[in-house]
Amino acid sequence: MQTRPLISDLPRLALLSLAALVVLAPYIWMVAVSVKPQDEVFKASLSLIPQKWALIENYGKVLKTIPIWTYIVNGLIVCFGILFFQILFAIPAAYALAKLNFRGRELVFGFVMLGLLIPYQTTALPLYLGIHQLGLLNSYTALIAPFTCSVFAIFLFRQFFRAIPDDLINAARIDGMGELSIVWRVIVPNAVPAATAFAIFSVVAHWNDLFWPLIVIQKGNLYTPAMGILAFRSVEAGEDYGALMAAALLVTAPLVLAFLFAQRRFIEGITMTGLKG
Amino acid sequence: MADVALSGSPFNEPRLARRMRGDAGIAWLLTLPAILAYLAMILLPLLAVLALAFTDYEFGARGFRWIGLANFADMLSDRTFAASIRNTVIYCLFVAPLSIGIALALAVLIEAGARGRAFYRAVFFLPVVSLTVAMATAWQYLLHPSIGPVNAMLRMVGAGTPNWLGSSDWVIVSLGFIGVWENVGFNLVLFLAGLTAIPRELYAASEIDGARSGLSKFWLVTWPMLGPTMLFVIIITMTRSIRVFDTVQTLTQGGPNNASEVLLRTIYQEGFHYFRFGYSAAITLVFLVIVLGLMLIQTRLIDRRVHYG
Repeated sequence: MQTRPLISDLPRLALLSLAALVVLAPYIWMVAVSVKPQDEVFKASLSLIPQKWALIENYGKVLKTIPIWTYIVNGLIVCFGILFFQILFAIPAAYALAKLNFRGRELVFGFVMLGLLIPYQTTALPLYLGIHQLGLLNSYTALIAPFTCSVFAIFLFRQFFRAIPDDLINAARIDGMGELSIVWRVIVPNAVPAATAFAIFSVVAHWNDLFWPLIVIQKGNLYTPAMGILAFRSVEAGEDYGALMAAALLVTAPLVLAFLFAQRRFIEGITMTGLKG
Repeated sequence: MADVALSGSPFNEPRLARRMRGDAGIAWLLTLPAILAYLAMILLPLLAVLALAFTDYEFGARGFRWIGLANFADMLSDRTFAASIRNTVIYCLFVAPLSIGIALALAVLIEAGARGRAFYRAVFFLPVVSLTVAMATAWQYLLHPSIGPVNAMLRMVGAGTPNWLGSSDWVIVSLGFIGVWENVGFNLVLFLAGLTAIPRELYAASEIDGARSGLSKFWLVTWPMLGPTMLFVIIITMTRSIRVFDTVQTLTQGGPNNASEVLLRTIYQEGFHYFRFGYSAAITLVFLVIVLGLMLIQTRLIDRRVHYG
């Protein structure tokens, strides 16, 4: 690929910038409106800079009316809770499927492949019944438990572990390590790249999820960020777009900032694993 | 595949062989937590939803009856369900071609030069990592009939100002547009990977064959070489867009007048609003069959790709 002189590259850059502007429009307006007073929002002017700044008003209203930090902390607890169990369950299973010979291995792997085909929304009704039976509606358990077995994580780690040389594992066996300590001391340190990619995929998916939290959570103090925005809009803010955009910005910021700091890892992680969707 | 774990190992001592035979116990121990979670969270609920679909169970009711295919028969005369299927299909047929076409155009543009590659890739990918519900409210403001910037601009050029999310003529188009916005970045990255895999020599060869302009090189080299990626992206986008829920629930709640009712929202509404679990389970099965159909096409296509490679 040759570096062309800037002048002949301009049409290409202009087209890309135009598209970028459309993609960025909601972000730009989100920031702009979040610092505008209500009367200016209703004037429907196309000016992005407010005449009178209402930053403190709008963000103050968000912090006063809804416990937005609680929602963000809930989101973190749920995402990392899910991730913790997914990895805890997936790594040993994936190691067994990749490196151990046992009767039934093909069957187990067959079920993993079956699980890959099932969108999680399919099982929502029975899971709700079960969680209701156990009296666990409105709890972190209800938000975390259904996602603890990620067949996708098992599949991904299995592919990854198969590339680890058998000699490495056999050497550890000769040194007298048991299989459990092989998993912990040989496999886990080698799994870091795959785990990072999967972690990004999993956190993005569950931070953004609305379907399941909407089903099992009714209590405001357990709202996830997505539910918090919905509740704030429908009950408290109505047409107060300034405060609404401020709230939207606060819950969007954590992942977007993480993305801007580690773009390549995010893109790799989501597209490599995102094939599951 | 079963031999992989043993091949190439220089250690063939009896002790090790014994260890290998002892694998079964430890293997089941290592897979046990995953198997239990799988049974409880995936397999049993899946079987339960299959069973529920053939009952008239309502949440909170004391019992239920097996009613065979009655739920599926009800769907045929259910106008909400009909609207739901129709809207989901329209949504997918709107989002898939547009988000794929735009993503391909942008990927080719990005790949055509050295400047700004990482920057543009990051910008277009941004919607993929953004909280959908929050961004949907930003779109709600942008598309607001009276105070939204989109209509303000349209007024400036003297064009009509539709009620984007409030009129049944426009609502699916508006949601579809937001869907395109959400999906372009994802497809773009897949196309970029496909484009980098095309050997440079092919472009040089096409020049010798007389392909001078960028466009003729595209049709001669890029388009056929991207074939496998393209099929893959189509299926991925379809399975992603058939699961549209967040934007609909946030912006229109299926309205006005069922004009934006979609499959997942109907499942949610029938199950967790009207508590008709049996009927909701039956619709879930329809949803599952569609998704499985798409996946089947995908595996077929991937098989074919392997043969070509």
